[in-house]
Amino acid sequence: MLDDLDKRIIAAMQDDLPLVPEPYKAVAERLGIAEEVLLARLAGYRARGELRRMGAVLRHREVGYAANALCAWQVPADKMAAAAAAMKASAAVTHCYARVPRPGWPYNFYIMLHGHTREECTRTAAALAEGLGLGDFVMLFSTREWKKTSMRYFGEDEV
Amino acid sequence: MLSDFDKRLLNTIQSDIPLVARPFAAVAERLGADEATVIGRLEHLRDNGFIRRIGPFFDSARLGYVSTLVALAVEPEAMAAVAAAVNAYPGVTHNYEREGGYNLWFALLTPDMASQEGILAAVARLPGVSGLMNLPATSKFKVNVRFTLE
Repeated sequence: MLDDLDKRIIAAMQDDLPLVPEPYKAVAERLGIAEEVLLARLAGYRARGELRRMGAVLRHREVGYAANALCAWQVPADKMAAAAAAMKASAAVTHCYARVPRPGWPYNFYIMLHGHTREECTRTAAALAEGLGLGDFVMLFSTREWKKTSMRYFGEDEV
Repeated sequence: MLSDFDKRLLNTIQSDIPLVARPFAAVAERLGADEATVIGRLEHLRDNGFIRRIGPFFDSARLGYVSTLVALAVEPEAMAAVAAAVNAYPGVTHNYEREGGYNLWFALLTPDMASQEGILAAVARLPGVSGLMNLPATSKFKVNVRFTLE
């Protein structure tokens, strides 16, 4: 379970890691704890899976991946494992989830696909579909980004 | 423009930065460069918009949060107002207009199910919203946001 110090650490870590030689020392000082305590707690979160990764995420448009599409598929239960494996192996796929279908919306499997162009996304999806023998999917290309942020956990209003 | 070093640095920094006192020195060692060069280039790449963020990426479920994906059917003339109203919730992290009948899709994170239900009930009542589908995940197979630069 996360105690109050964990929540304070996670809330404080959500801004960018300072680009200085000893970034954790800077954050630890702000929190009023020792650098070793901070590093040990972070290592614990990573070991338990609360911390997925410490690193950078890029602005995909700026580095050439201008197109992305959310693709919704209808995958029968006996093909779910194969579909998940194919998506894990594909570098173009950044996210893959099974989700609840709804009346009039039979799709139960979603991926986020990135490509340099819209056509590349469409070709990648078609190739994945063919490889899996799956025909029923829709490409939901984004036409406008209204919001894109990282979640701020344990904000002041919650703790 | 990205130099070869920039690309190698961006590929390296997208994987895990070690949890050590001097992480950028560790990255520099991996690239055969020095710490000051790595820090300097990272500042340049961030200030010029190539890097969205450098820091921790947490697993919301393991932190006790509830997440879902929501699709809205929004009448075109109401889109701007509905998108703004949805954006106002701190738990909405992504909100995209998309092609198709369900034309506004957002990701919602909340500390518990009750607050999720409260938000979805309010959003469903917004003027111009003619349909709402709550599409929670039943399995998470992959989250791996990496763009390999050749």
